[in-house]
Amino acid sequence: MKTTFLHHVRSQLALHELREGSGRPLLVLHGLGERTPAMAPSVTEGWAGPVFGLDFTGHGDSTLPAGGGYTCEALMSDADAALAEIGPVTLLGYGLGAYVGLLLFGSRPREIEGLVIADGSGFDGGGARPTSSKLLAVSSDQLGDTTPDPWALLELASDIRPPDYAAEHVRQVAALADMDKAIAVVSIGRPEWLEAAMESDVVFESDIATALSMFDRL
Amino acid sequence: MRNEIEVIRASVPQARRPDRTRRVDVGGIEVSVVEWGSEENPPVLLAHGGFDFAGTFDILGPLLAEAGFRAVAWDQRGHGDSDLAALYTWEADVRDAALVLASLGSADPVPVLGHSKGGGMVDQLAEVIPHRIGAVVNLDGIPNKRGFAQKIDRTDVAALDTELAAWLDHRRRAGHTLRRADTLQGLAERRRVMNPRLSVEWLQYLVTVGAREDTDGWRWKIDPTLRFGPSGAWRPEWAIPRLRGLHVPFLGIVGTIEEEMGWATSPDEALPILPDGAEFHALANTGHFVHIERPEDVAEIVIDFLGRAL
Repeated sequence: MKTTFLHHVRSQLALHELREGSGRPLLVLHGLGERTPAMAPSVTEGWAGPVFGLDFTGHGDSTLPAGGGYTCEALMSDADAALAEIGPVTLLGYGLGAYVGLLLFGSRPREIEGLVIADGSGFDGGGARPTSSKLLAVSSDQLGDTTPDPWALLELASDIRPPDYAAEHVRQVAALADMDKAIAVVSIGRPEWLEAAMESDVVFESDIATALSMFDRL
Repeated sequence: MRNEIEVIRASVPQARRPDRTRRVDVGGIEVSVVEWGSEENPPVLLAHGGFDFAGTFDILGPLLAEAGFRAVAWDQRGHGDSDLAALYTWEADVRDAALVLASLGSADPVPVLGHSKGGGMVDQLAEVIPHRIGAVVNLDGIPNKRGFAQKIDRTDVAALDTELAAWLDHRRRAGHTLRRADTLQGLAERRRVMNPRLSVEWLQYLVTVGAREDTDGWRWKIDPTLRFGPSGAWRPEWAIPRLRGLHVPFLGIVGTIEEEMGWATSPDEALPILPDGAEFHALANTGHFVHIERPEDVAEIVIDFLGRAL
């Protein structure tokens, strides 16, 4: 595994090349509290191009920032730093990484060729609509110098993910990505944001091997 | 140069720099806290607006101190003299506010005042820690369903595409760039574009506080990675029932002249969503920065309200 550190905003982000290859890269986005696996996931065996994984801020080998303040939009920009480094990719997102992948696809519709949405931690966030406001707290003895950041675990499990916000990003994909079938849902889990996304014709249900094979042929 | 700063500050004679400064750890980063008035006086906490800093209370703070308060303001993370953070969110700002409030060591509930974004923050403080809040004063930070005056139409694919890409492009550059250096007068002129109703003297005064002089010129201290947008998942209408549900004494003051920086909430929109028993003042011929355009009037209203509420 070859790791490159990307200087992005105030973080050093660990971008791991899990497997070399020839063709469009596959970028794996991990779930909440996780990190890029040490080896390319077995489901990516058939992928012709290189397989990369990015550790989000506060995760894996990436920077552990002080004071929290996590948003899925900031993580989307982490993934965008990987795009800047390796060019257009196909995304394979797990849980939190799937939602972040959807936001990025909607924001960079011409630089992403397909997204696979798979189950993983942090899939739902804090749900579709706000609940009572609360002050999140992490005690100082929980804060150390190792990832994952406890603030990330708290904040990215309580951020609100409105269905119409997800649908808005899918609409950007449908209008601008030049793909008839752009987002493959292979998850069993169906958070409300995903249910809303699935109303678009560019989103389809599949299994992971079929979806990756289809995007690999593009 | 020191003399130039003194001359500029003297041109706003009603403004006064704080009596004390200190720093508060908000979880590994520190925010700068400033105070006017005796530490023995009852405190009032002041929250500045987005892209502002505590120095924007250099007129209102001293007026509250003269009335017998310990007026306390802080620079939000990444703003003014506070540490820069790697990450910024509304929720973290509210959390920091609660820690600054706790640093006052007050046994009694504390009145909180906020301008614009700071108004929304003090509303939320009163929601999450009502037992710690003595009263809320919201200066032109009352929400409405339309959202910010400058919000784009998110149903417009091309407009949203431009906004989303611009935000990401900014983030790609942000770790490598500084804010643009300029002369002191040039920075004031640039700010005037966003704050057209404020005097040149005041804007230059703000530069002497909120900007620093580097070898190549003056630049705002605010973190260059901060930027408006993307509009994100948050919906302005969520704040409305929460505001209505507050049960601490509440004072709202709005300007009636719409400005780009503000919510532009009209009195007709504000009145039905205020908490029961709220006091409300709409200031004629006044823009978004009510406490800077009309400091004496705002101070009089606030001091009268707090005198009855506390």
